[in-house]
Amino acid sequence: MPSVVTANRLTDGIVVYLAADGEWTEEIANARVADDEAETKALEAIADNAVRERVVVGPYPMVVGLKDDGAIDPLSVRERIRAAHRTTLTKDWYDVPL
Amino acid sequence: MYRYDEFDHAFVNERVAEFRDQVERRLAGQLTEEEFRPLRLRNGLYLQLHAYMLRIAVPYGVLSPRQLRQLAMIGRKWDRGYGHFTTRQNLQFNWVKLVDIPDVLAALAEVEMHCIQTSGNCVRNVTADPYAAAAVDELEDPRAWCEILRQWSTLHPEFSWLPRKFKIAISGAAEDRAATAFHDIGLRIVRGPNGENGFRVLVGGGMGRTPYVGQEIKSFLPKEHLLSYIESILRVYNLHGRRDNIHKARIKILVNALGIDKFREDVEADWEATHKDAIDLPEDEKRRIMSYFAPPELPERPARDEALAARRESDPAFANWYKHNVLPHRVPGYASVVISLKEPGRTPGDASSDTMDFVADLTERFGHNEARVNYTQNLILPHVARADILELYEALAGAGCATGNNELLGDMICCPGLDYCNLANARSIPIAKEIAKRFEDPARQEEIGKLRLNMSGCINACGHHHSGNIGILGVDKKGTELYQITLGGNPKDSASVGTIIGPGFRAEAVPQAIDTIVDTYIDNRHEGESFLETWRRVGAAPFKEALYGAR
Repeated sequence: MPSVVTANRLTDGIVVYLAADGEWTEEIANARVADDEAETKALEAIADNAVRERVVVGPYPMVVGLKDDGAIDPLSVRERIRAAHRTTLTKDWYDVPL
Repeated sequence: MYRYDEFDHAFVNERVAEFRDQVERRLAGQLTEEEFRPLRLRNGLYLQLHAYMLRIAVPYGVLSPRQLRQLAMIGRKWDRGYGHFTTRQNLQFNWVKLVDIPDVLAALAEVEMHCIQTSGNCVRNVTADPYAAAAVDELEDPRAWCEILRQWSTLHPEFSWLPRKFKIAISGAAEDRAATAFHDIGLRIVRGPNGENGFRVLVGGGMGRTPYVGQEIKSFLPKEHLLSYIESILRVYNLHGRRDNIHKARIKILVNALGIDKFREDVEADWEATHKDAIDLPEDEKRRIMSYFAPPELPERPARDEALAARRESDPAFANWYKHNVLPHRVPGYASVVISLKEPGRTPGDASSDTMDFVADLTERFGHNEARVNYTQNLILPHVARADILELYEALAGAGCATGNNELLGDMICCPGLDYCNLANARSIPIAKEIAKRFEDPARQEEIGKLRLNMSGCINACGHHHSGNIGILGVDKKGTELYQITLGGNPKDSASVGTIIGPGFRAEAVPQAIDTIVDTYIDNRHEGESFLETWRRVGAAPFKEALYGAR
């Protein structure tokens, strides 16, 4: 099953995803998708190293869906909210329908 | 209000320096996340869904204009221009960066605020009746006792690592406006047998996955024994509370496992053995703290204002706001005014930096330099001259803060839920907004009357759903958000835990379900009967029938 690795950035806590270039991105669209278990393990190893390097905290792999156009679908409500970064406004009706 | 002395300033500043060093060591790799986590939590810093969240204690809910402006500044400079007032009289910032936290704490220390013990298994921010020193039914101001407990419990060496967190609330009035029965310890100031004031002590109340109403452990505790008696309660809990299972670690579980009589016996035995030698609060120290809570000098103002009466006649919106958000004050010519943070469309409890600055201005113009935070997530100006109310209303209306829904259905308590919180299973804010939209018409809310609707996005119950007349609990059922509804909860006197009415509802069906419940109440109520009274008289059957009859 396709998976990506996500975490929170150490310095500001913002949700990030491990990208294809080995950097961490705030955009789930730029996340590197692992197609099988071995590839997921490899991504996790990169993430563990990023923890040691104090780039991110709490990394974990998550199963995603892939839409017809290749776009990454975070599947769960929780992960959709994380990927959206902000789903509600202080004084307005909510802005990101899920 | 209380002012830090030299010792308080030095203590908080040392703590800021200590945490600055800990953050630097974390960023430099000298501390792992596992090592750093308990240190940051002790300073109120969580890592939530999207970012770090900083929980700032507002001791017993009292804020000065200077503090409000500093909070507004912090929100602008280091967050995204808003904060969230919580159900424990705290303020949370949702987007602060770890690297900025030491500066934020230093800015808080400048205005005598901090985040110490807003997390962790220790005694948390002691909460109080937000109408202290203003309410007509008050026997004694609870805030001085909150401050005494705060000073006693801060870094208390014996109680810094309790089995679980510990929450205390105090009310000094006839009506319980601090939800004391839902706290680990609830204190009610009552008149004793000889006419002197003391405490009725409740223990073992709480929400979460196992809700309990607190039980009376002592009907009257002389005030001079408050610290030693609470110490004995905490000591028994510290010794016998469960540390093997986080879900069974709160004092409510111990009290209910032992039974209140056995628990009382243990506490009394400890108290007998220790309190005779214990130094309770020295009299001069008590007097020193009490002196900070002298009521404000309120110059004589007219008790009746003709312009107010005329405006109520001519302006229904004003009349509605006045009816619900202006409360009687014990000094003739004055009132307490609720500034609702529940305008339809607004996230309940959120306040922008602009709003904080605005309220700071209002406290100076109309409020004798004091604002309060209610656990129902609104702000209050406790001391406003009735003759100033019209001008205050104009200012509030101009800023979109004149929603007249205090204690009505629109005055929902709502936790941050899955939109922010790492523990949540379901969203609560969008549901609250949809309900607010459904009941936006003030006439509809007026028809319904007082009604407490509380909502939580998970079983931890930060949104107090158990004590809502109508409670909504968001759960995750196989990847779908589902909302369980409870009826009959009550946070006040004759407190009760709500009963689950039946199977849960999908998010989009919740507003209609609330509408159905409200209609059933209106159809069944006798004249003048509150939701709770109707519920207690007719029971669950008509509500079940209305909600599920067609299924």
